[in-house]
Amino acid sequence: MKNRAPDMSVSPPRRRSKYTVAPLVLVAGNVVLFGLFFVWPAVIGLVYSFTNYTGIGAFQFVGLDNYQNLFGDSIFYSALTRTLLYTVLFVPLNFVLSLLIANVLVSKHAKGVSVARVFFFIPWLLSPIVVGVLWRWLFGENFGLVNEVIEKLGGSAVPWQSNADLSLIVVVVAASWAWTGFSMLLFIAAIKNVPVSYYEAASLDGAGPWRQFISITLPSIAPTSFIVILLNTIHGMKEYPLFASLNNGGPGTSNNLLVQYIYQTGFKSGQIGYASAASFVLMLILMVVAIIQMMVNRRVENR
Amino acid sequence: MKTTDMPRPVDAEPARAVPRKRPRGAASGGLRRAVPATTLLWVLAALYGFPVLWFVLSSFKPAGDLFSSLALFPDDPTLAGYKAAWGSANFSQYFINTTIVCVVATILTVGVSCCTGYALAKYDNKWLKAFFVCILATTMLPGEVMLAPQFLVVRDLGLYNSLAGIIVPALLTATGCFMFRQFFLTVPDELLEAARIDGARELSIFLRIMVPISRPIMLTLAILSFQWRWNDYIFPLLMLNDPSKFTVQIGIQSLVGAQNINWSVVLGGSVITMVPLIIVFLVFQRYVMNADINAGLKD
Repeated sequence: MKNRAPDMSVSPPRRRSKYTVAPLVLVAGNVVLFGLFFVWPAVIGLVYSFTNYTGIGAFQFVGLDNYQNLFGDSIFYSALTRTLLYTVLFVPLNFVLSLLIANVLVSKHAKGVSVARVFFFIPWLLSPIVVGVLWRWLFGENFGLVNEVIEKLGGSAVPWQSNADLSLIVVVVAASWAWTGFSMLLFIAAIKNVPVSYYEAASLDGAGPWRQFISITLPSIAPTSFIVILLNTIHGMKEYPLFASLNNGGPGTSNNLLVQYIYQTGFKSGQIGYASAASFVLMLILMVVAIIQMMVNRRVENR
Repeated sequence: MKTTDMPRPVDAEPARAVPRKRPRGAASGGLRRAVPATTLLWVLAALYGFPVLWFVLSSFKPAGDLFSSLALFPDDPTLAGYKAAWGSANFSQYFINTTIVCVVATILTVGVSCCTGYALAKYDNKWLKAFFVCILATTMLPGEVMLAPQFLVVRDLGLYNSLAGIIVPALLTATGCFMFRQFFLTVPDELLEAARIDGARELSIFLRIMVPISRPIMLTLAILSFQWRWNDYIFPLLMLNDPSKFTVQIGIQSLVGAQNINWSVVLGGSVITMVPLIIVFLVFQRYVMNADINAGLKD
């Protein structure tokens, strides 16, 4: 526990170890929850991923068949690449928007910050389902506000829903809109922690706002930036509800994502074993992402 | 890039005080700088606020005007969409179910997290340290990757198709434990020592002293937990089969999943589900804004 507040010599940490019953009682609830809903599912999920279990009745071990089949499965492959593409688009867009807004919100020159802040937060409060409905309403093909405006301006309606790529882009924009509030909160906290003296010194040296942002703010908030990227990547990889309500993974199955694929195979077609294997592929990807980012993060911090 | 190597000035001001202490800027350039910054701020705020505003205002339009009028404000405001949503798809039942789930789950989440966070902050033994690492591990692995086995566990516990089936698995939150742990680390150990010297037992120190002083954290976590449970979709979708047990999110999704979407009903229903969260947020926003958020702010 490295970040424990330093103890005064009055009470060395050792003294606390005589209390065993109280902490045990206090953590008991969470230990049971952790075992039941984390450890146990992880273990049986791994076991089932090597079987042909359907959720009921007997099952057989099939070795690596599920994993092999996954990579020959064009729907899985498309779900995987679509998920990666979605994440690769969503993460940078969300990063830029939330960093921009965080900077504007901490600016001492802008007026009405506390009221404006609410506008960025409300989208974050809404459920992905409602966000999906809302953007589907704005980007409807025959009725949506966006197409109405385009037509009023003399353009022709854009096939937001029937073109697979446009439909993905609408989700990316909707997701970035909805998640700005969250990333922004982390950035604001980080920016406020940069010592003012840095900026004062830079001002004296004649550095303008942009120069200060590049040379002071950005390097100082690097650790937070990595956390934001990491959390958004994880969030992007497991997105499904937003797609469910915005375009239902469509047109057709073109925008089915991994979690939707897991849901469909596991619960719609009852292939629990196969769905578990797909889950472990998703988990491995997330772990690789997390490890890479931790390594990068460590390098940045040690520089 | 060099700035990160800069030694921290000894007299660095405490982080929280920073914005206030910033020099109020040369009065000469005040307005010149205020105009672009304020304009940018409000253009962005309008971009973020407009979709919601348009959506909410549209929900008051009569069904016939929904697709014909581009007017921002409805000419002829009506509550027909709301009445249809509330009456039709069992919406009132979904609303009650969701409220039960949110309230019960939130109270239990706060309780469990408070106990765990306190134990992790104030007691020292290797098992607690190991458990802390385990809790950290849960943040790395989103629940979505264990949907199928979690479903089986819930089913085998006999909780399938009950509200308990979506409440109980949700009580384990790393964020909640972190928030309480961080808070209790800032409470001086001398306070505990003093109480012990006065003869207080461990659990009564916790219940009588620590629980009351952690009220701000409780409130913050309660708001977050309420939001998570209110907005949850996948878990209720898997665990509930009986339409009379559905939550509002499933209700809305079943409306837009239909062949012919009745937008009037969908808009009304969606706005109804937004209202409780927005009220909770506006009332308690200073707690959410000031939450000491760290990496774990997710359920």
